[in-house]
Amino acid sequence: MPDNGALHGLAVDHLMKINLAVIAVIFLLAHLLLGIALLKHPRQPTLRRFNRVESLPLMALCCLYAWMAVTAQRLWAANRFEGPSPTAMQVEVVGVQFQWYFRYPGSDATFGATKPQLVNAGAGNPLGLDPHDSEGNDDVVSSELVLPVGREVDLRLRAHDVIHGFFIAGMRLKQNAVPGLTLHVHFTAIEVGNYPILCTQVCGLGHGHMQARLRVVSWREFDSWLAERESKRMAQQAAKAGGL
Amino acid sequence: MSPDPGASGKTWQANLDALAPPGSRSARERPQRPWVFSTDHRVIGIQYLLLSLVTVAVGTILSLVMRIHLVWPQLALPFFGLLKPEDYLALVTLHGTLMVFFVLTTAPLSGFANLVLPEQIGARQMALPMANAISFWLTALALLVLLGAVAVPGGAPTAGWTAYPPFSAIDAAGPGQALGMDLWLVSLAIFCISSWLAAVNFLVTIVGGRCEGMALMRMPLTVWSWLVASLLVLVSFSVLLAALLLLFSDRHFGTSFFIPMGDLVAGHVHMQGDGSPLLWLHLFWFFGHPEVYIAVLPGMGITSSLLANFSRRPVFGYPMMTATTVLIGLLGLIVWGHHMFVSGMNPYAGTAFALTTMAIAIPSTAKVLSWLGTLWGGGLRLTTPMLFSMGFVSLFIAGGLTGPILAQPALDAYLHNTYFVVAHFHLIMAMAAVFSVFAGVYYWFPLTSGRLMNESLGKLHFWCTLIGAYGTFFPMHFAGLAGEPRHYSQLAGTTAALQSLLPLQRGITYAAIFLGAAQFLFLANLVCSVRKGKPSPPNPWQATTLEWASVDRMVDVNFQRAQSPESATASKRQGWRVYRGPYEYGLRPDRSDFIMQCDSGANPE
Repeated sequence: MPDNGALHGLAVDHLMKINLAVIAVIFLLAHLLLGIALLKHPRQPTLRRFNRVESLPLMALCCLYAWMAVTAQRLWAANRFEGPSPTAMQVEVVGVQFQWYFRYPGSDATFGATKPQLVNAGAGNPLGLDPHDSEGNDDVVSSELVLPVGREVDLRLRAHDVIHGFFIAGMRLKQNAVPGLTLHVHFTAIEVGNYPILCTQVCGLGHGHMQARLRVVSWREFDSWLAERESKRMAQQAAKAGGL
Repeated sequence: MSPDPGASGKTWQANLDALAPPGSRSARERPQRPWVFSTDHRVIGIQYLLLSLVTVAVGTILSLVMRIHLVWPQLALPFFGLLKPEDYLALVTLHGTLMVFFVLTTAPLSGFANLVLPEQIGARQMALPMANAISFWLTALALLVLLGAVAVPGGAPTAGWTAYPPFSAIDAAGPGQALGMDLWLVSLAIFCISSWLAAVNFLVTIVGGRCEGMALMRMPLTVWSWLVASLLVLVSFSVLLAALLLLFSDRHFGTSFFIPMGDLVAGHVHMQGDGSPLLWLHLFWFFGHPEVYIAVLPGMGITSSLLANFSRRPVFGYPMMTATTVLIGLLGLIVWGHHMFVSGMNPYAGTAFALTTMAIAIPSTAKVLSWLGTLWGGGLRLTTPMLFSMGFVSLFIAGGLTGPILAQPALDAYLHNTYFVVAHFHLIMAMAAVFSVFAGVYYWFPLTSGRLMNESLGKLHFWCTLIGAYGTFFPMHFAGLAGEPRHYSQLAGTTAALQSLLPLQRGITYAAIFLGAAQFLFLANLVCSVRKGKPSPPNPWQATTLEWASVDRMVDVNFQRAQSPESATASKRQGWRVYRGPYEYGLRPDRSDFIMQCDSGANPE
């Protein structure tokens, strides 16, 4: 597995390793039995009655499955049942054929309204931000996901056209982006670095190349990056207003 | 040894004729009607098997083209040329659809059940022979419609065999999503109806056609598995048919079952109504997961029977095996959500489906333990069908063990739609099921031709296929753990981490080519053995089930028509009577090694 950079990824990796080791042992044991039966078998079959002891392996495996189910459910519940903390940073992720967009709410911490009719990537409005909604005036739209290290982030996933699969292997995170729904996932990046973002749900001919990048940076770097994008956006808005 | 009247130098045709129960459309009648339009269940069984043989050849070639393109994207292949990304997705879609429907549903259920089910339960024929023939021809029609999608403008559909909307619901969403997608829907709708007809036929035959003494708990496990698989077909294919109709209506009649309000594809905003793509996922996987068991349950039945025969001992825990077959069928209906852990489904529903999925591991494990218990200490006869049955057990374990990992949503959230899943279902659904089909073909071949298949070639075929299967699908686990998603047409232009998997993927491609090439051994064996294989004695494997019994074993039975129980039409006719369970193998006090189901208590010698 690629290097893990997420807080919950530590537990996921640990559980994955244990599970893989357990099934590897069972696989080898079962094949040992098969192999011995294949190579060394009596000329005449031995007939025998069912012995109660022989149900023990089944019981043992049932216990194993129960243990697997319980441990995995605890982890799943920790990752997904509870929402993000109220202080989590909000970022919107939008999948369109064949591109990911990321939107930061800006200084008012509120996402502006969007309308599908207004989408026009060529004119610099790939998400269809409504110019009449002033809350969207400070929204920053990026084709790269930049996050500060150590802060919980709440992603809200949307898709414009078809179902996309949002997958960051390094964050042990996967969630489909479904048109018509806004789906939330939250996680905390704990390692600075670059992590590829891929699409994992067939979405059309460009599916294999629908990629983006997650850049986990220090707080300071994140603030300056966001401020720079913010001022650029403000300048654009001002220019537009002046032009009108 | 039991007396074998057929062993005394009669021609096989005479044997075949003698084997045909009186009153049925017997072997004698066969030459009079054109073979292709026959309503004889055995002919239809062979037709189904030939259809899936052709399909599996096509599907395998498509998969090899994909494998080669994945690792050598610049290579222009004969007939295919340089693949465009949409061509690759069309290959994925066709490969999946062909294999799942026209091979894995057709061969284990329709093929083998038609071949031997009536004889195994002592029935005179299928309950609905004409519906049976119609069902086969509908299947063939469905196949032609699907293959026709290649030739239409825009080409074959590219949405994968699961056809998630809105991608599959809107023409403009991609190449092949217009007429090609329509043909895909029509083809599968026809296939639903044909499978339905076949399943009704099997159910009626099993419920109403069993001979005297063939109690439920005396049915061979193959019959049990066909019974449960047919029930699953009835339930799941009707839901699929409904889903196909809804999707078709979204595409052409302006409805919005699966398209949300405001969906924006290629500049066009959908404003007609507010549907949900997740509804399709639920409907599709409600069909899709039972489908897995439709494919693999018959394989379990065949394996149980063959392991008992070639170990010369009874199936270990027969009542438990029938119970687990039914239980797998029932649980199989309530696990579909494990395909949807990351689809946007409520995470609490994910937990529920994870638990039902974990529960289905229990009857599956019980089956594996029973197979090992049958083998352990048995007097193994390592014939080709036996080797393939043991191969089934091996692959079932290999593919099955990753099931409990993928059933854990916390882990699946990483592995979903990666090569790990590809490895899992190819090992268990594709390879294990195909191994049981091979076992069945080698085992029942004498029934269809009067000849045995070549054993040396068969064993060579087995070992090459086993090595090829593991060589191809086992390393995919590592690609999946490394995070490589499915459905990517090439690694070039993706991330550095994925490009470092190229050597691994090249190795898999070499193994896949080897696996494909090994099947020429099987084809050669098939062709040679049909023409000049070793003539087979009537019961070559010394089996206990009725399909191997010679017609001399029939007895007079009261054959009463149900409509007029009191009338005098009740007549004495020749028919089967069964005295015992299906797996009476093993050395007995009277030195006989097996007792057929139709043997009365008296020692035949």
